Amino acid sequence: MSRESVVIIGAGQGGLQAAISLRQNGFAGAITLIGDEPGLPYQRPPLSKAYLHDGNAEALRLRPDSFFTSKEVDYLPETRVEQIDRAAQEIVIAGASGKRRLGYDHLILATGTRNLRPPIAGVERSCDLRTLRDAEILRARLSQPQRIAVIGGGFIGLEFAAVARKLGHEVSVIEAAPRLMARAVSSWMSDHFAALHRDWGTALHLGEAAVAVQGDGVTLANGTTIPAEFVLLAAGVRPNTELAEAAGLEIENGVKVDACLLSSDPAISALGDCACFPDPRTGRPVRLESVQAATDHARLIAARIAKGESAAYSALPWFWSDQGDRKLQIAGYADPDATEEAVAEGIVARFDAQGLAAVETVNNARVHMKARRLLASGAPVALDDLGEIVAA
Amino acid sequence: MVKVTYVAHDGTQTTVEAEDGDSVMHAAVSNDVDGIVGECGGSMMCATCHCYVDEAWQDRVGPRSDGEEDMLEGAACEVNDRSRLSCQIKLGADLDGLVVHLPEEQF
Ligand SMILES: Cc1cc2nc3c(=O)[nH]c(=O)nc-3n(C[C@H](O)[C@H](O)[C@H](O)COP(=O)(O)OP(=O)(O)OC[C@H]3O[C@@H](n4cnc5c(N)ncnc54)[C@H](O)[C@@H]3O)c2cc1C
Repeated sequence: MSRESVVIIGAGQGGLQAAISLRQNGFAGAITLIGDEPGLPYQRPPLSKAYLHDGNAEALRLRPDSFFTSKEVDYLPETRVEQIDRAAQEIVIAGASGKRRLGYDHLILATGTRNLRPPIAGVERSCDLRTLRDAEILRARLSQPQRIAVIGGGFIGLEFAAVARKLGHEVSVIEAAPRLMARAVSSWMSDHFAALHRDWGTALHLGEAAVAVQGDGVTLANGTTIPAEFVLLAAGVRPNTELAEAAGLEIENGVKVDACLLSSDPAISALGDCACFPDPRTGRPVRLESVQAATDHARLIAARIAKGESAAYSALPWFWSDQGDRKLQIAGYADPDATEEAVAEGIVARFDAQGLAAVETVNNARVHMKARRLLASGAPVALDDLGEIVAA
Repeated sequence: MVKVTYVAHDGTQTTVEAEDGDSVMHAAVSNDVDGIVGECGGSMMCATCHCYVDEAWQDRVGPRSDGEEDMLEGAACEVNDRSRLSCQIKLGADLDGLVVHLPEEQF
């Protein structure tokens, strides 16, 4: 019998971490890491931050070339997985050397997300910011002064807007929702960042949907046109679930997995941006787009495969976003319908039926770390406990 | 180029050559040194690049940066007065030959 084999589809933050953690946990079988992007696996967060300033692609790499030889990880870049044949436990891959089938004992889906292309006329004129290739194009565009419109007032759009303003461009952000980052943060935080971006000189168009992208700007639903030579589309993403769906796996806002991060097929796990998993605190299905989720998922799956551990996923979510000189930090995860309580200037607590769900802070690592500890302890937290932390 | 030596918890030493301006965290990760994770890529968000600066180098490395102290609270292993987040130590000629010790774990 041949060695046990794990195949990982998607060589982003989570897929690579799964390979790293498998070896760290002593997995001695074959590992194949397949990704459709060129080059070595890299991290995305700096693409909307430091990379736009310094253009240093080397600094984004998650591991050097030598890692793949020394840890015996068979890395196949520029290779697409086209099909999963669950009955045969094989996948079909297509790369430079043509198509072939590859067997697996365990399969890990780490396919991430892709940008949502809303039905806006002329949307093909706009640029994306998801991959290193996208960021290279954006960087080139930022080299000469111009008017820029950003469609979407989420984290990525706002991070980009802050960089573009700093580089001296005229920037407008168009957001269909009445406030910024509405899905992810409290209204206090939305307002706080709206004021900051306006202060930095960015024009915000809130509660205005973009309906058309033209050569000279973006037209809003109310008929006005925002002049722009360049348009970034940052209106959210969609999980890459087509492969899983075609293979008959259960899909629910992502590849549906259980508390051990197994899909509806026990030979297939899913992680990171493409996986919808039970929130350890509430049990409700949730899909997170964060480095934390991708890597913590990967570690749990690797420990299960390598050591047979059957622990349920329980990691505490954390997230950050750098906009201008402000670092927004979120400990925990709150649904959009969670209530909010401003604890002090720049500190907001979010509550739901189960109690404290998340704490949002701005440029305050101390309270962020304390909140992480508090939330991770699992003990019920009252508003007073937070007040004490802030005062301490 | 600047030389940095990483001493793992079990005593294994790895010396790498890093670029001027590189961080001690990035030099480790890009040379495949186990024991430093640097999950957040140097954004001071994760405290998984914790290291102990060798006593002989402590003065030259200098004090912790703003917010670093708070993030170190989240480190997995004991934090002492030699503890630093290695993403915040920038390498230059003055640190050529630097020695840092790694904690047993980063999670
Ligand atoms: C600009 C930007 C800024 C960000 N900033 C932050 C931040 O500040 N903080 C934070 O926590 N998170 C941030 N994120 C999110 C974070 O990068 C993601 O959550 C993380 O990369 C998810 O990892 P993943 O492995 O699930 O997916 P990805 O890293 O997206 O990797 C998935 C990979 O799978 C490949 N793939 C898909 N289908 C196939 C197929 N059929 N065959 C082969 N390959 C396939 C994709 O091309 C991709 O390379 C940011 C993301 C972006 C784009």
